[in-house]
Amino acid sequence: MSRIAAEHDIHASYAAGKVKRKRNRFLSRWETPGLGYLFISPWLVGFLLLTLYPMLLSLYYSFTDYTLMKPIKWVGLRNYERIFTADDKFLQSVKVTFLYVLGSVPLKLIFALFIAVVLNKAVKGISAYRVAIYFPSLIGGSIAVSMLWRNIFGVDGFINSVLDKFGIEGSGWISNPKTALWSLILLSVWQFGSAMVIFLAGLKQIPKDLYEASSVDGANRFVQFFRITLPMLSPTLYFNLIMGIIGAFQMFTSAYVITNGGPMNSTLVYAVYLYERAFNRYQLGYASSLAWIMLVMIAIVAAAIALTSKYWVFYETDTGRGKRK
Amino acid sequence: MSAKAKSGFRHLFMILLSLVMVYPVFWWIGASLKSNEELSSPNLFPSVPQWRNFTDGWKAIPGHTFTEFYLNTLGLELAVLVTTLVSCTLVAFGFARLDFPLKKFWFSVLMLTLMLPGQVLIIPQYAMFHQFGWVNTYWPFIVPHLLASGAGGTFFVFLLVQFIRGVPRELDESAKIDGCSWFGIYLRIVMPLTKPAIVTVVIFCFLWNWDDFLGHLLYINSVSKYTVGLALKMINDTQSGMQWGQVLAMSLVSIVPATVVFAIAQKQLVEGVATTGIKG
Repeated sequence: MSRIAAEHDIHASYAAGKVKRKRNRFLSRWETPGLGYLFISPWLVGFLLLTLYPMLLSLYYSFTDYTLMKPIKWVGLRNYERIFTADDKFLQSVKVTFLYVLGSVPLKLIFALFIAVVLNKAVKGISAYRVAIYFPSLIGGSIAVSMLWRNIFGVDGFINSVLDKFGIEGSGWISNPKTALWSLILLSVWQFGSAMVIFLAGLKQIPKDLYEASSVDGANRFVQFFRITLPMLSPTLYFNLIMGIIGAFQMFTSAYVITNGGPMNSTLVYAVYLYERAFNRYQLGYASSLAWIMLVMIAIVAAAIALTSKYWVFYETDTGRGKRK
Repeated sequence: MSAKAKSGFRHLFMILLSLVMVYPVFWWIGASLKSNEELSSPNLFPSVPQWRNFTDGWKAIPGHTFTEFYLNTLGLELAVLVTTLVSCTLVAFGFARLDFPLKKFWFSVLMLTLMLPGQVLIIPQYAMFHQFGWVNTYWPFIVPHLLASGAGGTFFVFLLVQFIRGVPRELDESAKIDGCSWFGIYLRIVMPLTKPAIVTVVIFCFLWNWDDFLGHLLYINSVSKYTVGLALKMINDTQSGMQWGQVLAMSLVSIVPATVVFAIAQKQLVEGVATTGIKG
């Protein structure tokens, strides 16, 4: 049989659906199985090699005394034991991190929500205000702003020179352990613009007729805010809360550049402590244990919020608005 | 209160708030022109502007200039932008348009990694890249971006998938009938229509890599390969007598690129934040 004839034969049986159905009953459910994997392969390889494998590797390291210099030795739970029983700096960094999260996230969200509600009412000039308020979020994460902050809150900095005019002698905000963390929290709150932009988008989604109907019923602004705006915005709030907490737990640049964890470890946030263990002392095994403890902490906090969410997050359903889910 | 008074009051409040928000930046501009003695005065601008802060600051690290650090950073940015665009758009097209086994599973894995705190990956990735001999090179930034796993990679895939899903499928169908391959559909049909989302990806990829201080700190050791952020940290740490004017001048210059991007694409940037919830 010639090649062409053979090909014709195959085509004929394909057309009759014989070969394909027999050979490919599983795969034929998909139009392009191999091609799909080809397209997503960069991410898939990246996920397996740069996310999944490193995570398992890090879990393994956390049970070893790994440093880059000597061969790895398995030490079982000893790192964890030492962290929980004999590491004062760990306790300090957990305390500082929780203080930072509890101080910065709620303040930032309250500001963002309040200003978004005010801004949503103003029709004229909204984009100019939005630019001014969003700009700090744009640059706030950079090392440049951390340096600005170090200067503004320094002993001879801008804040003290203003206070001086009013006859108040300010302390070195950054060199004083009592106020250092607050200057970092303030830096984070200054960047409430991105959360505000997200709230603004959420506010635009709330149907106007809800407000009209409620004012016919005699509800004032205050009641409307708590009975309409807040419930309707709760999914956005939930999102901002979770992402804000995950981000705040990992804060690094400002604490490293402005205060380097000091003074007296008062700004030793978890990521800075982890960095110190891993890359100043090269205790990579110990630092991996720290990293996993942080992951578990974040997961617990996020899960706790997710569990409570059914009591305060409202989802619009097809059958009615603002029904509890 | 009348409606007009209310609105006036609201605007007054917003104007005051906007001033408070941007005041540190104005102070920054003034301070970058001040001498050390004048820095502690609350005046916004100095009596005699010290332009030398900029010229001296530019050469503050002996044997190097900021020209070099900007070229390093821009080169790195370019490499990272190109690799991110190629990898993330291919992956997003795959998830949005093609059909394959376990697609839902992999997409939920992708969504899950969106929330994963990056700190868990820092140490093992460092150990891996150290083994490959990639420390003090730019590979630890380029390779992850090539695999859609760099800073924000999964976010970009997610954002692009959402966008591509909104591109009408009829266009694919008619292209297919005309004999276009899937790759052709990706390149000629879907990509041109995904431009707005691609612009958003470019903006955020640029900004996040510009500010990826921890990454640069970990992997780049020699001054000749320093990025702008590392150079800033260096003049901050090493200068004797702390020339604050120079430090503030150089850090002020370093936010110019982000500001320019913001000025050009303000609308897209803010909309990107609003619709996807990514942090700016």
